[in-house]
Amino acid sequence: MSFASHDSATRQSQGEAITPEEIASSDAVADEATARYAMILGDDALMLSQRLSSWISRAPELEEDVALANIALDLLGHARFLLTYAGTAWGKTEDDLAYFRDEEEFRSCRLVEQENGDFGRTIARQLIFSTYQHQLYSRLVHSTDPTLAAIADKALKEVQYHQDHAAQWTLRLGLGTEESSRRIQDGLDSLWSYVEELFLDVDPIPALGDVAVLPSSLREDTLHRLREAIEAAGLTVPEMSGAYGSDRTGRFSEQRGYILAEMQVLARQHPGATW
Amino acid sequence: MTSIDPADSGSWPLWEVFIRSSRGLSHVHAGSLHAPDATMALRNARDLYTRRNEGTSVWVVPAEAIMASDPDSKGGFFESPQGKSYRHATYYTQSEGVKHL
Amino acid sequence: MPEPYRKTLVRQVSQHAHSEIIGMQPEGNWISRAPSLKRKAILMAKVQDEAGHGLYLYSAAETLGTPRDEMFDQLYTGRAKYSSIFNYPARTWADVGAIGWLVDGAAITNQVPLCRASYGPYGRAMVRVCKEESFHQRQGWEILYTLSHGTEEQHQMAQDAVDRFYGPALQMFGPPDSDSPNSGQSMAWNIKRFSNDELRQRFVDMIVPQAEALGLTLPDPDLQWNEERGHYDFGELDWDEFFSVLKGNGPLSRQRLEHYRRARDEGAWVREAAAAYAGRQHQEQAALAGA
Repeated sequence: MSFASHDSATRQSQGEAITPEEIASSDAVADEATARYAMILGDDALMLSQRLSSWISRAPELEEDVALANIALDLLGHARFLLTYAGTAWGKTEDDLAYFRDEEEFRSCRLVEQENGDFGRTIARQLIFSTYQHQLYSRLVHSTDPTLAAIADKALKEVQYHQDHAAQWTLRLGLGTEESSRRIQDGLDSLWSYVEELFLDVDPIPALGDVAVLPSSLREDTLHRLREAIEAAGLTVPEMSGAYGSDRTGRFSEQRGYILAEMQVLARQHPGATW
Repeated sequence: MTSIDPADSGSWPLWEVFIRSSRGLSHVHAGSLHAPDATMALRNARDLYTRRNEGTSVWVVPAEAIMASDPDSKGGFFESPQGKSYRHATYYTQSEGVKHL
Repeated sequence: MPEPYRKTLVRQVSQHAHSEIIGMQPEGNWISRAPSLKRKAILMAKVQDEAGHGLYLYSAAETLGTPRDEMFDQLYTGRAKYSSIFNYPARTWADVGAIGWLVDGAAITNQVPLCRASYGPYGRAMVRVCKEESFHQRQGWEILYTLSHGTEEQHQMAQDAVDRFYGPALQMFGPPDSDSPNSGQSMAWNIKRFSNDELRQRFVDMIVPQAEALGLTLPDPDLQWNEERGHYDFGELDWDEFFSVLKGNGPLSRQRLEHYRRARDEGAWVREAAAAYAGRQHQEQAALAGA
């Protein structure tokens, strides 16, 4: 099917960015520690994408269906890069890791596993997580591992937009109506105890040196940026300490099981099948 | 310029979106969307109209700021240039075969 | 613009837009359960495109003087029609494939001629829709092809989906010409370019070889090549079912509408907040300009 090509506003292209398939077919093989690190980052992106994608057809306005879907798609892309790369250490594919690991084998943080709640709570989670990811990827682009650096380079540009999207909405909800201000504040309050987990130097990160970014090194800048965005919206930074059990093992999470039960159900009914 | 106060109606106003696909081309009307304000309109336009790399630059304009020619008075409005073929290079045939002219 | 032309056009364009919006639901349900990450990404992009298509079409209808909120309201209150096929359930992963291949295939057959519809903004919206939709049908066909050539269970899943979606997909072209009240006028105005039966025939002729390539059968014992006509003959469709679903008695008619209403209701405070914020910014700027 061909259409008139003079209409430049609909001229499409595939772009030149890296794809998960390219990572899979490249010669790059992660060592075990690097793979475990990539899995931590990949699991975060996958869980958040899974949560966000259920906004599609449920967003407050059609334009926002499209915006949230874009963010969920970006995150799924990051998860695919990272899990594909992680899998090279054990001869596994992205799908082996996403669909055939059990709950306790995932390494996602609890923040991204939390239920969407209302739009205020989703935006609160987006603000926190995209601000953290922005700090993370802006340092990971300097990783001595070329594959991680390339993934970070792609992810950074996208996460910048996610952060902006969340900050814009935080402003509008914080300074919009009494109800919207209450709802996003509630969202921040209910999620804040999971913020500290983002900055914990869990195994194997400290041993990885310049391959990885030490989570604790992100704490100050992330919290500073968050404080700016929250206060600009007339909201209050919650004062609370981190919830116990910040080790990403899943031993202190209830949500992870529900997410996986839904995400993995079909793949596990047909082990070994291709789709 | 006409100004929009969305709080008046509670619903989001309409914006027209113009996309420029690459260097050297002009912005072209891509479609429209609703957004509460210009900042969000620009972001929504990016999300909606550049999902397949269609653009390197986006403009958004409040739809009510556009004054359009009347489609029903097509004749009168656009008649004058008709028949003025001397405005076009092809009108001049004497120079045919002469180089660089 | 003559009022009857405008009215018919708004009805046609908004119905199409509503179909895209409700159409997000059956497939959207499978995003969370898609069996591979690649398929999850493809499906998410596809359902997102449907939101986009709804948006393009509402915009086109809006240029005819009907505000989008009014069209939303018609859908919300159940007064608006949309394609009945979306009131059927997407039960299995193969249904996602069948929807892409048959439902989007039927939609494209319907839509391609509309790119040259007489009303410019509609035609232009359709160009964009058709361009984006070309991947939708292919990904559906590919899902079915993979299933059909997979395990025995997967093959069964694919065949079952095709069996359930074949009839409703053929009914997407609307009732037979002899029974379609508005068709003639719409064709005369060139906002519809071929009759229901012509398009249905075109679609059947197209999918028969495609089904063969899939290794799946179409559930119609009367389906056979007619040398004389140069087309496939096919059996009578169940029009009682069609009209019953059209009247709102589809398996999921109520649920689809409730899902839509819930999203609108739960989003109301967000839309108000953004409007209030914009209003305040506006006043501040006006005050600055006046100072």
